[in-house]
Amino acid sequence: MLDHLNKYLKKIIISILISVIPFSVYSEEKNIDFIKNNWSFDGIFGTFDRASLQRGYQVYKEVCAGCHSMQHLSYRNLSEKGGPEFSVEEAKVIASQFEVEDGPDSEGEMFMRPARLSDNFAKPYPNVEASTAANGGAYPPDMSVLAKARAGGADYIYSLLMGYKEAPASYELDDGVYYNEYMQGNKIKMSEPVSEGIVEYSDGTNPTKDQIAKDITTFLVWASEPHLETQHRMGFKTIIFLIILITLVYMSKQKVWSRFGPKTKEEEEDETFDKVEKVVTEYEGEDPKTFK
Amino acid sequence: MSEVKYIPKSKLAKWFDSRLPLLTLAHHLQSYPTPKNLNYWWTFGGILTFCLITQIITGLVLAMHYVAHVDHAFESIEHIMRDVNYGWLIRYVHANGASMFFLAVYIHIFRSLFYGSYKSPREVIWIIGLLIYILMMATAFMGYVLPWGQMSFWGATVITNLFTAIPIVGESITTWLWGGYSVDNPTLNRFYSLHYLLPFLIFGLVILHIWALHVPGNNNPTGIDVKKNSNETMPFHPYMVMKDLLALLLFLIVFLWFVFFAPNVLGHPDNYIEANPLVTPSHIVPEWYLLPFYAILRAIPSKLGGVIFMFAAIFILMLLPWLDTSKVRSAVFRPIYKKFFWVLVFAVILLGYLGAKPPEGIYLILSRLATAYYFIHFLILLPLLGRYEKTDPLPMSISDPVLDKPGVLDKAKKAASEYEGENVGSFK
Repeated sequence: MLDHLNKYLKKIIISILISVIPFSVYSEEKNIDFIKNNWSFDGIFGTFDRASLQRGYQVYKEVCAGCHSMQHLSYRNLSEKGGPEFSVEEAKVIASQFEVEDGPDSEGEMFMRPARLSDNFAKPYPNVEASTAANGGAYPPDMSVLAKARAGGADYIYSLLMGYKEAPASYELDDGVYYNEYMQGNKIKMSEPVSEGIVEYSDGTNPTKDQIAKDITTFLVWASEPHLETQHRMGFKTIIFLIILITLVYMSKQKVWSRFGPKTKEEEEDETFDKVEKVVTEYEGEDPKTFK
Repeated sequence: MSEVKYIPKSKLAKWFDSRLPLLTLAHHLQSYPTPKNLNYWWTFGGILTFCLITQIITGLVLAMHYVAHVDHAFESIEHIMRDVNYGWLIRYVHANGASMFFLAVYIHIFRSLFYGSYKSPREVIWIIGLLIYILMMATAFMGYVLPWGQMSFWGATVITNLFTAIPIVGESITTWLWGGYSVDNPTLNRFYSLHYLLPFLIFGLVILHIWALHVPGNNNPTGIDVKKNSNETMPFHPYMVMKDLLALLLFLIVFLWFVFFAPNVLGHPDNYIEANPLVTPSHIVPEWYLLPFYAILRAIPSKLGGVIFMFAAIFILMLLPWLDTSKVRSAVFRPIYKKFFWVLVFAVILLGYLGAKPPEGIYLILSRLATAYYFIHFLILLPLLGRYEKTDPLPMSISDPVLDKPGVLDKAKKAASEYEGENVGSFK
């Protein structure tokens, strides 16, 4: 019977796997294969490359921030552990370059002041409608959780940035619409944002298109999951802890259960013999129907 | 209960216990006799209790930081994820906890189907269990609306719209559910309120579920009755407690693996886009654990028909103890039922897969076939099997399967025939 159960166990586990995997990818958007990269933040030990995050912030500020907001991030996040880890002073300087609205003051007036660490990232437009109107009817999405809001995550963003191509001859594109291999429907209203040398890295890294795309992707992944490193570290420790605890509990359980067996082979045979003997005794002079 | 009567030792304990028998209850829970042949599929009851408590505790903390308002809900979730100390951990445990809760409950339900645990005298346990399951689905659905992402909003719109299919009063019911003329702030507020309430109803039903279990006692893999207080049972503590704990810890590895290393894999990426009533996602899909019912809903060509079949798929299970007329509980001794059981498992998983696909072409055909099988299984196959299936002989006691072991049986037979001086080959 144990063999039977083992077989079922396997079947069920396989079934569960089969059932869970397709849901995780919600496959209808998966016809396109994104460019695969070995990201430093992938895997259970994944961490961010600080230099890449800092460069990524620079790309965001100089290239993306004109249209895309990142309203759920605060300037203080830039100096927090696990992120780009600018020093607090650097983050203060970065914040002070932006103006945010505050108020009302004692006169009841709203006023502008330089941003502080506690302020959220300044937005390029006051609201979604203004942003949509200024961008030809297409809202440039807020980028705070963009990497989690797209199937494919980092690979999708990187692929999209690298995926601008000449449209095939048969393809008709309206003004202000561009062809992108990795966009759903291949039409995108964002002009190619990244090209070689579009930023000049302050750390002297060569700003190739690939480098810029990688840096901004890394920055966006961190932005959408700022505690990723803590998450990975804690996860690893937790699993190790569980394995040790399971070993101890398993041994305790075996010890406790040993009071009930396992029986030796001889004991088992004796028991069987007793049972058969009992049945035989009952069998004599009784209706055989009672067996069932 | 056929247990030994408990008499507290100290005078104070006696005084208290005669007024409120908590000590007797504690003693009962400790000494509750469980069949010693329970396998690890029986550990999911404990795992489910753990899941419920985890959801309630993490939910309690999330509720301290969440804002149930259409303008702030999405933002407050991001606030929890970024600024609340270990908020990301609490939210990921809660979100993945729901998935794990359903994973465990499906295993628990299919275990019951396999070993016939729903049969007499355990019908009430089964029905209370189904009520818990229905409340779980309602709770999970409303919980999924709270982050106010695109799938939250559109999922809520699709599901609440189902009620418009009800003739005459459908529109009014839907308006009443929404608290307005579309899914909006009043909807979010009431869903939040109910999402907070229902888990406590579930908790109450869980107590009844366990109470109802403790009257007849556990079923077991052989499906035959055990003699209580014999060597066939062992006290719940420490034996089952240790075994349940071990199973729970193994389950936690899977659970926490998702939490720490793939926390968003079971969700839909669109739910990280804030709800927008003007933009409909290309495919609206519910969470994975509701997909089989979603597939049934869409397999039926008419809207009202789909709704009826979807609810029927759940409520038909309530009748299961009477639809399955076989006297033999465990599928171990039901060779034909066993095969159909696996077909049912396959059909349900297939429906889950199809629920995530667009309802067109081959997907639609398959979901109609699987839906048809689902109903045929319960309404036609089970009653027929109960009448015509030739079941394998049952062992005389739960420890009897030891006879199956090669060698032992021969030896015993030989011994018996020596004892009797005749051929006892007919015993088997």
